[in-house]
Amino acid sequence: MSAPTTGQRAATLRHRSTARRKTVDKAVRVFAWTGASLGIAVMIFVVWQVVVRGIAAWDIAFFTQPTPQDVTSTAGGFANAIVGTLVITGVAALMAIPTGFLGGIYLAEFGRNGKLATAIRMIANVVMGVPSIIVGVFAFAIIVQPLQHYSGFAGSVALAFIMLPVMARTTEDILNLVPNELRESGLAIGAPRWKVTLGVICRAARGGLITGASLAVVRVAGETAPLLFTALSSPYWMTGLFGPGGFFGGPVANLTKTIYDFSASPYPHWQDLAWGGALLIIVVVLGMNILMRLLFQRGKEW
Amino acid sequence: MVGTTLNEPAAPTIVPPRLEVAEARRHGQEDFDSLPSEISVRNLDFYYGKAQALFGNSMEIKKNRVTAVIGPSGCGKSTHLRTYNRIYSLYRDQRATGEIMFDGDNILSPQTDLLELRRRIGMIFQKPSPFPMTVFENIAYGLRQHYKLDRGELSDRVEHALKRSAIWDEVKHKLNEPGTALSGGQQQRLCIARAIAPEPDVLLMDEPCSAIDPVGTAKIEELILELKSKYTIVLVTHNMQQAARVSDYTAFFFEGHIVEFGATAQIFAKPAKQQTEDYITGRFG
Repeated sequence: MSAPTTGQRAATLRHRSTARRKTVDKAVRVFAWTGASLGIAVMIFVVWQVVVRGIAAWDIAFFTQPTPQDVTSTAGGFANAIVGTLVITGVAALMAIPTGFLGGIYLAEFGRNGKLATAIRMIANVVMGVPSIIVGVFAFAIIVQPLQHYSGFAGSVALAFIMLPVMARTTEDILNLVPNELRESGLAIGAPRWKVTLGVICRAARGGLITGASLAVVRVAGETAPLLFTALSSPYWMTGLFGPGGFFGGPVANLTKTIYDFSASPYPHWQDLAWGGALLIIVVVLGMNILMRLLFQRGKEW
Repeated sequence: MVGTTLNEPAAPTIVPPRLEVAEARRHGQEDFDSLPSEISVRNLDFYYGKAQALFGNSMEIKKNRVTAVIGPSGCGKSTHLRTYNRIYSLYRDQRATGEIMFDGDNILSPQTDLLELRRRIGMIFQKPSPFPMTVFENIAYGLRQHYKLDRGELSDRVEHALKRSAIWDEVKHKLNEPGTALSGGQQQRLCIARAIAPEPDVLLMDEPCSAIDPVGTAKIEELILELKSKYTIVLVTHNMQQAARVSDYTAFFFEGHIVEFGATAQIFAKPAKQQTEDYITGRFG
């Protein structure tokens, strides 16, 4: 089979007008542009509303005072909820990041296409798709119910359960980006597999790994549903580890649930505080994303 | 010692009828059988899953000589090389059978200590692959795996390896910069330095110049000729001029079989097999 190179062959080809192709090209471009603009416009509108309404609530009291108990006063802040969220999310991260990281290493470096790895990967994908409220019910069933009380710890477990598969799959995807030459080079020098994995592969991918871990944390920092049945909420400061006000012993104030409660309340001051809390979450999530992006770019130098 | 080194690598020519082979090796008819072998391959078969890629490969890798492995893409030359340090065992569906004798032991035996094997048989890959560390740490990494060294000894050895790899002058002020910041050719010489630092006996080179520009290639070829006084080198290359320029012995691979193996001068001047003749004159492949 030869290409139609002779004039005779070419003359038998019917030419197709370019006008239609150009029109379709333009139409697709307009659709794409409109879609993107709509999405961005909605996002800007949301952020704008939160900033405008939230910034008004940001004063020193917001960051230093616990949530108000007297509905008539205009005192009080969100400090106990901020601390609670930090602790609950932090403990969740401590549980989920190391295990998820090791799980990701197993999937990418050792299990690969083996039966066990394929099964774990599939389960992780399914768990990532589970609605977070179901995770909340799960944590309620395994921790809150046996212990007969809500606790910050139960909230951490619920969040960790959401983070774990995210962390494992992100780690796996990032490690898969590292070229095989680097793995082989490490082994070819006579280093054992674990050293190559931790010292060479993870080092080459460390920017991505840090980003992945941070985004996993950020992903759960804004969750409300898993905390509804677990950490619940509290108008008080967390008072240590055990006892009714402690991390393991009772409900712990947190940002999302407090925003949920306060925004539904009839008191204008409480509603203002809820806007302030919403702004804080947006700022933290956005800030983390930007920070990670900057860090990741620096990591690429290697 | 036969095979004196070339001062200048022969100028690359475009599809030459016959390739220039280094003068010394064309005339210095050394006796192949009386040379000591570093590695003896006997009846090596290789499988990717169920697909067989190498068929009954047998050849002798002579000590302190450069042995080139040539052949068209997919003929199994890299696959063959990758059995010498068992790097293929990273992939669970790949396996090799047969014998690769090295220092009295069969490399393919399950008893082989892979870490020590890989110290003694270093490898340089097609794509320069410096570790994500400084230039210094790239070399020190391999040294630390195998030797207990204090800081002074360590930096001496790093310097020595970089000097032997003809890259010291270019990186001596960049020892604390990332290895990946070097040029492609420099990265590849860094990888050679990394491979020779733990004092190996054999260097496996898997198309070490195919991702490198001509200037970098010339430097690496010069280096290969220098290094062979100390190491046994096995060089996989798709560049026949390169095989002719730097190797003493050449194996021509085709579809997993070793079609012909002999002195480079003989392979390129008067090959015994028609297939070899066709390949080196550019009629196929």
